[in-house]
Amino acid sequence: MNNLALLLLLPVFGALLLAFVKKSGTAKSIALIFSVLTLALTVPFLVAFIPDASKQFEQNIPWIPSLGIHFHIGLDGISLPLVILTNGLVPLIILSTFGQQQKGGFYALMLFMQTGLLLVFTALDAFLFYVGWEIALIPIYFICGLWGGVNRIRVTLKFFIYTFSGSLLMLIAIIYLYTQVPTANYELTSFYELDLDEKTQRYIFWAFFVAFAIKMPLFPFHTWQPDTYVEAPMAGTMLLSGIMLKMGVYGLIRWLIPIAPLGVSQYGHLAMILAIIGIVYASIIAFQQQDLKRLIAYSSIAHVGLIAAGVFVWNVQGLQGAMIQMVNHGISVIGLFFVVEIVSRQFGSREMQHMGGIAKVAPRLAIVFLIIILGAIGLPLTNGFIGEFLLLMGVYQAGIWTAIFAGLTIILGAVYMLRMYQGVMLGDTNQKAGIFRDIAGSELLVFAILVALIVGIGVYPKPLLHLSEAAVSNLVEQVKIGY
Amino acid sequence: MNSLIWIVLFPLIGFAINGIGRNVLSKPIISIVGCGTILASFLLSCGAFSTVYAARKSGEIASFTQTVFEWINVGNLHISLSFLVDPLSAIMLLIVTGIGFLIHLYSTAYMKHDAGFGKFFSYLNLFIFFMLLLVLGSNYVVMFIGWEGVGLCSYLLIGFWYHRVDYASAAKKAFVMNRIGDLGFLLAIFLIFNTFGSLEFSAVLPKAAQLEVGNATLFLITLLLFIAATGKSAQIPLFTWLPDAMAGPTPVSALIHAATMVTAGIYLIVRSNIMFVLSPVTMEIIAIVGLATALLAAFIALTQNDIKKVLAYSTVSQLGYMFLGLGVGAFTGAFFHVITHAFFKALLFLGAGSVIHAMSNEQDMRMMGNLKKKLPITFATMFIGTVAIAGIPPLAGFFSKDEILAHAFGHNQLYWMLGFIGALFTAFYMFRMLFLTFYGNFRGTYEQEKHVHESPISMTLPLMVLAALSIIGGILNVPQALGGTMGLATFLQPVFDASASKLSAAHLSHSTEYILMGASAIAAIGMAIYAYITYVSKGVVPAADHENRGGLTRLSYHKLYIDELYDAIIVKPLNILSSFFFKIIDKKTIDGFVNALGQGASQSGKLIRLLQQGNVGYYIFFMVIGVIVLLAYGLFII
Repeated sequence: MNNLALLLLLPVFGALLLAFVKKSGTAKSIALIFSVLTLALTVPFLVAFIPDASKQFEQNIPWIPSLGIHFHIGLDGISLPLVILTNGLVPLIILSTFGQQQKGGFYALMLFMQTGLLLVFTALDAFLFYVGWEIALIPIYFICGLWGGVNRIRVTLKFFIYTFSGSLLMLIAIIYLYTQVPTANYELTSFYELDLDEKTQRYIFWAFFVAFAIKMPLFPFHTWQPDTYVEAPMAGTMLLSGIMLKMGVYGLIRWLIPIAPLGVSQYGHLAMILAIIGIVYASIIAFQQQDLKRLIAYSSIAHVGLIAAGVFVWNVQGLQGAMIQMVNHGISVIGLFFVVEIVSRQFGSREMQHMGGIAKVAPRLAIVFLIIILGAIGLPLTNGFIGEFLLLMGVYQAGIWTAIFAGLTIILGAVYMLRMYQGVMLGDTNQKAGIFRDIAGSELLVFAILVALIVGIGVYPKPLLHLSEAAVSNLVEQVKIGY
Repeated sequence: MNSLIWIVLFPLIGFAINGIGRNVLSKPIISIVGCGTILASFLLSCGAFSTVYAARKSGEIASFTQTVFEWINVGNLHISLSFLVDPLSAIMLLIVTGIGFLIHLYSTAYMKHDAGFGKFFSYLNLFIFFMLLLVLGSNYVVMFIGWEGVGLCSYLLIGFWYHRVDYASAAKKAFVMNRIGDLGFLLAIFLIFNTFGSLEFSAVLPKAAQLEVGNATLFLITLLLFIAATGKSAQIPLFTWLPDAMAGPTPVSALIHAATMVTAGIYLIVRSNIMFVLSPVTMEIIAIVGLATALLAAFIALTQNDIKKVLAYSTVSQLGYMFLGLGVGAFTGAFFHVITHAFFKALLFLGAGSVIHAMSNEQDMRMMGNLKKKLPITFATMFIGTVAIAGIPPLAGFFSKDEILAHAFGHNQLYWMLGFIGALFTAFYMFRMLFLTFYGNFRGTYEQEKHVHESPISMTLPLMVLAALSIIGGILNVPQALGGTMGLATFLQPVFDASASKLSAAHLSHSTEYILMGASAIAAIGMAIYAYITYVSKGVVPAADHENRGGLTRLSYHKLYIDELYDAIIVKPLNILSSFFFKIIDKKTIDGFVNALGQGASQSGKLIRLLQQGNVGYYIFFMVIGVIVLLAYGLFII
């Protein structure tokens, strides 16, 4: 009944259909229907999922037998939350574009990308993983390059080349690992079982690490990100930040660390230091940004830095924090960018100094924006708190100073987020703000869902934590990092 | 005890109803919902209190818990949403819901003409909800939910009139400064969990009691908890947000920034008292910081002309006394002062609100004067509040402050001396406020004078209740030297049980106590007379803002330039650093390097392209070279 491959292919069918649709209204409906259908089809997996450490709903079909490549997919507690995140966010992202005129091709690319993302999160074969990794990249390249801002060509090309060179390193590592497998295949389990010496693991570490660090992005591999977020159309920014960057974090947990634990023992500290530098560094940069998109872009670097630190510290709290925070970050960053989209569309500018006093004329937007910000800065009883609390608790195991520097995020985050809120929402209502239209219709629906998730997960995080609990504990047991 | 959850839920329900219906419901309904839910919580709290009281009477420890659900389960970390009521939290419950109710009642009239009436009540209810979580939490994490939640409500209410940019900034400042403390709290939580394997008070505190005095881990935990307390309870160096918080509506100042939220830091330390007792160094730090804050804030209050600013600095100063009390081991005394301070400071703020209300939103005392006839109830109650805070017997403040000072004397006579000087300041600036406001000539505009009127009963009734409490509050814990039975101390005894044996409180003889009490009472009265001579007999009115002030007066008037100092050493450098990181490091250095790599690649592409120009000679040339290299390679290897 639960056919995982079908779930993966459904968005592609939608994309094929959409490629021929010219009318914007029809395209939107088809895209929404397919994305909601995909989400609906995810539910049975969630229901049937047994929250233990095993891989479930596995499908293993020989693909290129002569090279030992299999179409091998499956779900476990680590991939399922990300599959839910992907399939949950795509409909919201599509809904968020309902205020614009977009052709079928735009949505076709989005759905095509969704399949790539799902492949990444479900692949149990390294080659398939790599294929998904690139399938996800190409559509977003076109989305940004075709629908982006003034500097889109230069910025998008840089983004593409940068991330692509990272993935080439990873490809080399994957091929090398393949040559080491006695039975000559790309199976995840075969890679796990490899008995690599320490020196090899160091090389493997760097090859994977650079690819994932660029994707997330981690300091100092992040400079493509603010420019790309700024230039991309809003839906593209949401896909990049809400879902795509989780590919990098997921890659760390699923591939890098279990395959090269000795490499991690060697360089994990360095990675953690980079992540924590990124938290403080990006937060401080965010202080002075006037462009709302760029501000959120830097805040995202800070948040992802904390997630990466929680992964590299490699304990149950840190990893569980990373798992739940990946979901939380997706929710809050989409909310934030959607607010920016709504506000900047009406102001014709993303610059904060042109705004102010919107709260008075748009109380609904003021409330949801505040709740989203509170989630982002980790106020208790919002989802962000659960994630930050667990992450910081995990990071604390690496030493109190690590936790202090990583913990600065709760202070610095409040500074730039509340500054943004004040700049946009509070203060005097200027002329442009005076005619601001409050959110309604599909906008309200998107925000209602996001707010419900923010508060719901914050008050009762147990079900979500429970999904990944066994898989994470098992992983931490199996893979020992010698810090 | 299954009623505990409802104590918490009623205000949340009120928040939801008023929040959703803020534009639809009529003001009377909003008032009924807002006040009614708090009254319900108050009545349930009375029930909880009487259960605890009865249990204490029969000699039990009287500690009841209710677990609502398992909140976070990760690995060996188990955090449940659960509540604890014991003598300590039972008293806090009464303060929060009781005074909270009075202030809700007061607000129905005070906020009557405000467009954000529904919003105001929903925020106020939300505040009570979080404050109750803070008080009732049976572990550090639930307490932390409330701790941060009240910070959020404080943010919302300080920035209630957010169209004023300075108000919005004050709100942000309060939130950020509190968050600095909150990081300390979080780190303390991690350290507590690492050390004791749990976060429940009932598991942590007994284990902590097993450790020896001066334990390094305990020192760190207590230091971090104290940092948390300096944020929420406005102590040096994190106190500057509280005076700015006066931007909020006055009932908010009374409830949040005087009576309840700001005492959370004291509550936290009292709750964890055993850990502090075992860390004498932290205790000493607390005493010194508390004393310094008490003096510094009192010094600033001497010259302030905004009636709410005087009360704000007075609050900071009184909180300093409470920390002094904690630092010298007078836990009961400090908590006693929390209670009495809640009475008279809520009273004073609400009284100030009544004055401001009557004076058409005038807050500058230089524009007031001679209001005692026109606002008789406000005057009488504020007079009581002033006498109480000044420490003049037999009102409430005398007993609680005296208990702190007596312990300070036993600990270090210098502390007593400095605390005594602070008390002199307190008596002076409070009577200065009273006389400038209610005596002398009326100095406001003609319109203001015509408009001045006593507030309606819903505002004066809370004043009268609080005035009564300020008068009799002292009987809660009358010292033995005055023939009292120390009722509060007996009631709270289980909370301090483990600490009691470890505290070597220097016992003062009754005669010493009489002398100390007499000295402070006489001195306070003396300062009142001095203030009377200055501001009533001589009719002195503080100078206008632009006039030059000399020496100390200038320092006090400009709040010791601490905001300017923070701006210069923290805010400005951070902003410069931000620009530096963005422009120089990010754009020029890191991205410059990335771009250079890219350019290098495309440049080398151009070079390599030169090699492929269709000239067969070149190809042959390179082929030969290649073969030679390969051969050479093979030869060397073999």
